[in-house]
Amino acid sequence: MVKDLLTLEALSAAELWELLKRGNYYRQRLDKGEKAGKELRGKTVANMFFEPSTRTRMSFELAAQYQGAHIINFTHQGSSLVKGESLLDTAWNIEAMAVDCMVIRHGTSGAVKQVADNVQAAVVNAGDGKHAHPTQGLLDILTIWRHKGRVEGLKVVIVGDVLHSRVARSNIQGLTKLGAQVVVTGPATMLPDAADWPVEVETDFDRAIDGADCVNVLRIQKERQEQGLFPSQKEYFKFWGVDENRLTRDILLLHPGPMNRGIEINGGAADGPNSAIFDQVTNGVAIRMAVLSLLNERGGH
Amino acid sequence: MELLLKNANLIDASGERYGDIWIRDGKIAEVGKNLIRPGQSVNLAGKIVLPGLVDLHAHLREPGQEGKETIATGTAAAAQGGFTTICTMANTSPVIDTPLLVELVKLKAKAQGWVEVLPIGAITKGLEGKEIAELGLMHQAGAVGFSDDGNWVQNAHIAHNAMKYAAQWDLLLISHPEDSSLNADGVMNAGSLADRMGLKGADPVAEVVAVERDIILAESTGCRLHLTHLSTAGSVAAVRRAKARGVRVTADVTPHHLLLTEALCDSYNTMAKVNPPLRRQQDCHALLEGLLDGTIDAIATDHAPHKDEEKQTTFDAAPAGISGLEIAWPLLYAHLVETGRIPLATLVDKMTSGPRRVLGRELILAPGERADITVIDPMALAVVNPAEFVSMGHNTPVAGWKLAGLPVMTIVQGEIAMLNGKVGAGPAEQPVAQVG
Repeated sequence: MVKDLLTLEALSAAELWELLKRGNYYRQRLDKGEKAGKELRGKTVANMFFEPSTRTRMSFELAAQYQGAHIINFTHQGSSLVKGESLLDTAWNIEAMAVDCMVIRHGTSGAVKQVADNVQAAVVNAGDGKHAHPTQGLLDILTIWRHKGRVEGLKVVIVGDVLHSRVARSNIQGLTKLGAQVVVTGPATMLPDAADWPVEVETDFDRAIDGADCVNVLRIQKERQEQGLFPSQKEYFKFWGVDENRLTRDILLLHPGPMNRGIEINGGAADGPNSAIFDQVTNGVAIRMAVLSLLNERGGH
Repeated sequence: MELLLKNANLIDASGERYGDIWIRDGKIAEVGKNLIRPGQSVNLAGKIVLPGLVDLHAHLREPGQEGKETIATGTAAAAQGGFTTICTMANTSPVIDTPLLVELVKLKAKAQGWVEVLPIGAITKGLEGKEIAELGLMHQAGAVGFSDDGNWVQNAHIAHNAMKYAAQWDLLLISHPEDSSLNADGVMNAGSLADRMGLKGADPVAEVVAVERDIILAESTGCRLHLTHLSTAGSVAAVRRAKARGVRVTADVTPHHLLLTEALCDSYNTMAKVNPPLRRQQDCHALLEGLLDGTIDAIATDHAPHKDEEKQTTFDAAPAGISGLEIAWPLLYAHLVETGRIPLATLVDKMTSGPRRVLGRELILAPGERADITVIDPMALAVVNPAEFVSMGHNTPVAGWKLAGLPVMTIVQGEIAMLNGKVGAGPAEQPVAQVG
């Protein structure tokens, strides 16, 4: 593992397991109410979000605080970027304030890597464009592992706008490296050219979900309809929406949030017994504690 | 109902033979020779029995334009013309672009129709070419294909997405190929005649460009594409090349584009105004060649009825369209088969099996098959008399033309829909004493 966490693709199975096990340890600590860790004492983490986020930003913030780090937040609104400063200049300025770790979200694929390649600080990718969202992938896998007791041999279905989803890409990379079978499904207009991806592509949700252990439901952005990718919310829900009737067995239900109830998922499913959606959020804090502490130990900070 | 058809020449995709057909409970119960069965029996010596004719392209105008045609009158015209099944286009008012409207057409056709109606839904909402319509839900409601007919999906990105989306359920997209950026307001075929008459021409390249684009998109997406009412030699060549390299494309041609040329527009004859426009002799030849070599799969009427007064105006102002359901078969029989230009088997194929294959169906005259049957009298002659049309649309440029091989009986799912030129004259009303 180098100084940064940019994708799950770059990690070996052993490195993934190291993070997952450490995430599980922090989850157990959180469940006991232990939030006064000292792993990052004296370190400074900068949250740099060039795209709106609530859940991920708060999750990183708490993860740093629970380990005793200083944390500063930078948001796009009202920043020097609006005044025309380049991304790299912004990053160098923040680094010059003795920041040890940058957590970066950016709307452009590859932008976070560009910063990582040009700073000494450790960089954690909190989502770049359509490319990668490694901590979301890790928290999804941690949730699956904790519920199913294993990852290898499981069949995981990812349903929705896979084409535009960094969450899907990170899940696919992590899960397949750990031996799970991944099937992506959704309207043909929202599925990637997966010719060299280690996944199965299936437009029929019923066939995709047959024998599945887990279904990860992606958020459907309403503007995709205006872009001509699907006809209506009604038709989308009919063919690819997740309701409780699709969850007949012990299929674990995940959703990275925020949910559009009634479009890609209904209340019966989201609030039903199969749902681990709020458990994912807690695991999100735990896995980010694991990532920050491990990067710190590796000397990136 | 039970009905025994005796001593007929049976022609279908499996060939020609002589014999009897016993129809019971809407199905063909038996095919053989010298059958004796209870119920009605009718001697069809000298007649030809075909699987029912299928039209891939008809405008019945309902809902919304019931002054031009209705489901009741349009299906009566279909029965009169020997059709047992017709596909109805989505450009009604409102446009058929939701599952509820597909259901409406089906229910109305079931209650008031004389033949089977297979609704075609819109590709894009309101035929506007902007957002994909609910193809999946309409398919579940019974739409057999999707078309923005009257319009072409001009935006290639939308067309590409629609084809990708349709391909996931192997849905059939039917394209009216016409690039409007190359064909703004043309009212007749472009060229010297249009220029001499002072009318705005519709260039054949506007069709060929659209055909080629759709073929490229179909090839890339794997979508089933049907190109309707081809009118130019260039389109036929494009489809021929596409089929040779394995693209899943089919095509149809109308009777008027096979038989008629732009010359009919001379004297500003609005009856000859149609879209795509009547072209030239070399196009008719190319279309006929395409029919014979299998490039063109089906003959479709593009039945487009209009009110008399709508056509009684200037050429520019007149609506485009020809009312063609009830004369399609006998017109082509007289002018293509009797003249020796195509074999009878070809006409039968292009109006029965050909369109069924486009729809992914098949029907031969064999036990267990649905009793959709058309009986032809090869000796019966007539001339086109629009005043006697069953359709509300009397708009045709071939008034006075010879008709031959008239349909004399149309049987839809075992029920007689037309007998001896009278729609609805089934045995419930009178016994079938004589046919033809």
